[in-house]
Amino acid sequence: METVKDLLIILISSSLVSNVVLSQFLGLCPFLGVSKKTNTAVGMGVAVIFVITLASAVAGVMYKFLLVPLGIEYLQTICFILVIAALVQFVEMFLRKALPALYEALGVYLPLITTNCAVLGVALTNVQKEYGILAGVVNGFATSAGFTISIIILAGIREKIQYNDVPESFKGMPIVLVTAGLMAIAFCGFSGLL
Amino acid sequence: MAGKSNVTERLVNGIIKENPTFVLTLGMCPTLAVTTSAMNGLGMGLTTAAVLALSNMIISLMRNIIPNKVRIPAFIVIIASFVTVVELLLKAYLPSLNDALGVYIPLIVVNCIILGRAESYAYFNSPIPSLFDGVGMGLGFSIALTLIGGFRELLGVGEVFGYRVMPESYTPIGIFVLAPGAFFVLATLTAVQNYIKISGAKKGKDTSKIGSGCSEDCMNCGEKGCGKRFYDTTEATVELDKKDVKEEN
Repeated sequence: METVKDLLIILISSSLVSNVVLSQFLGLCPFLGVSKKTNTAVGMGVAVIFVITLASAVAGVMYKFLLVPLGIEYLQTICFILVIAALVQFVEMFLRKALPALYEALGVYLPLITTNCAVLGVALTNVQKEYGILAGVVNGFATSAGFTISIIILAGIREKIQYNDVPESFKGMPIVLVTAGLMAIAFCGFSGLL
Repeated sequence: MAGKSNVTERLVNGIIKENPTFVLTLGMCPTLAVTTSAMNGLGMGLTTAAVLALSNMIISLMRNIIPNKVRIPAFIVIIASFVTVVELLLKAYLPSLNDALGVYIPLIVVNCIILGRAESYAYFNSPIPSLFDGVGMGLGFSIALTLIGGFRELLGVGEVFGYRVMPESYTPIGIFVLAPGAFFVLATLTAVQNYIKISGAKKGKDTSKIGSGCSEDCMNCGEKGCGKRFYDTTEATVELDKKDVKEEN
C-alpha cells in the first residue's frame, strides 16, 4: 500500500515538476484552443479535473479486476479508450439529468475532452508506473490540476497579449506557443523541488 | 478503379500538398513530444505511418459494413488494434525505440491525423487509394518529424542522427532538446506558415487548405479530424447525406 509520503510526491511531481502540458505535451489541443478567456479556461480546467480523476479510477479498477485476472493486459489501449469515451458520454448524460447547473457550466467542454490525449495518457502512465488504484487516482487528480494551473495562467497572459503589438506573422498561434515555451522554462524551475 | 496515376497522386498529396504537419498542422502532441532527436522523430513517424496505412485500408474495406452512426467507435477499435499490434512488435524487435517513445506509442490512437484520414478519405474511397493515401500521409508525417527532430538535435546537441555535425567550438543550445524548445520550434514553424499564407493571400492564391496551427479555437474550429467532430452532429449529417448520395450512385 502507498504511504502518504508517496502520494504527496506523486501529487507534486505530476502537477508541477512534470506538468502534463508544459513538459509532456499531452492535452495541447484544449490548452491552446480554450485559453482565450480566463473564465472558459477555468471551466475547461474543472471539467478536465473531473473527467481525468474519474477516468483514472475507472481505468485502474478495470485494469486490476478485469484485465490482469484474464491475462489480457495487452488490450489496455483498446479497453481504456472505449471506456473513456463511454464514460464521458455517460457523465454528460448524468449531469444533464441530475445536476443541470453543473451541466450548464461544464457541458460544452465535456465532448472536447474525449479525444484529449491527457485522459488516455494518464490511464496508460498509471499502468506503466505500476501505480495502485489510489495512487492512480491521486496521479490523475494531480495531473489534471497541473493542466488547470497552466491553462489558467496561459489564459491570463493571453488576455494581456491582446493589447500588444505582435508582428503580423506571429499573430494567433505562434505568439501563444512562444508564451507556452516561456511558461515551460518557468516550470523547469520546479524540477529542483523533488 | 485505382490507376497508377491515382496512387502517385495520393502519395504526392500526402507528402507535399497536404503535408499533415507543415500544411494541415494536425497531430501536434506527438510532434512536439518525440522530436528530441532525428532518430526518435523518424521512429515515431514510421510507426504512425504503418498504423495509418493499415487502418486506412481496413476502414476502407469495411466502409460498406460500418453503419454511419457508430463509425467513430468502429474506427477507434480498428485503429487501436493496429496500434496494439505495432506496439507489441516494437517491444519485441526494437525495445530501445519503444523505451524512447514510451507512452506516445499507445497514444497514436488519439492522433488526429489517423482519425482525420479515416473520416475524410478512407470512409469514402476504395481500399487501394486509401492505402496509398495512408502511406503518403504517413511519409509526409515521418519526413516532417525527422526534419523537426534533426533541427532540434542539431541546435541542442550539435549532432544529427547521432553524428557530430557542428564544429567542436559550437556550444549546444541545450534548451532546444528540452520541453520549451519544442514550443519555440513549433512557434517558428507556424509563424513561417502564417507568413506564407499572408503573402499568398496578397497575391490572390488559394490558401484555404493551409492549417492555422491546430486549434486556433477548438470550440469554433471547423478543421477536419479534431475532437469536436466526434459529437458534432451537423458534420455527421452532412457526411450521412454524402454517403447516401454515394450509395445511390
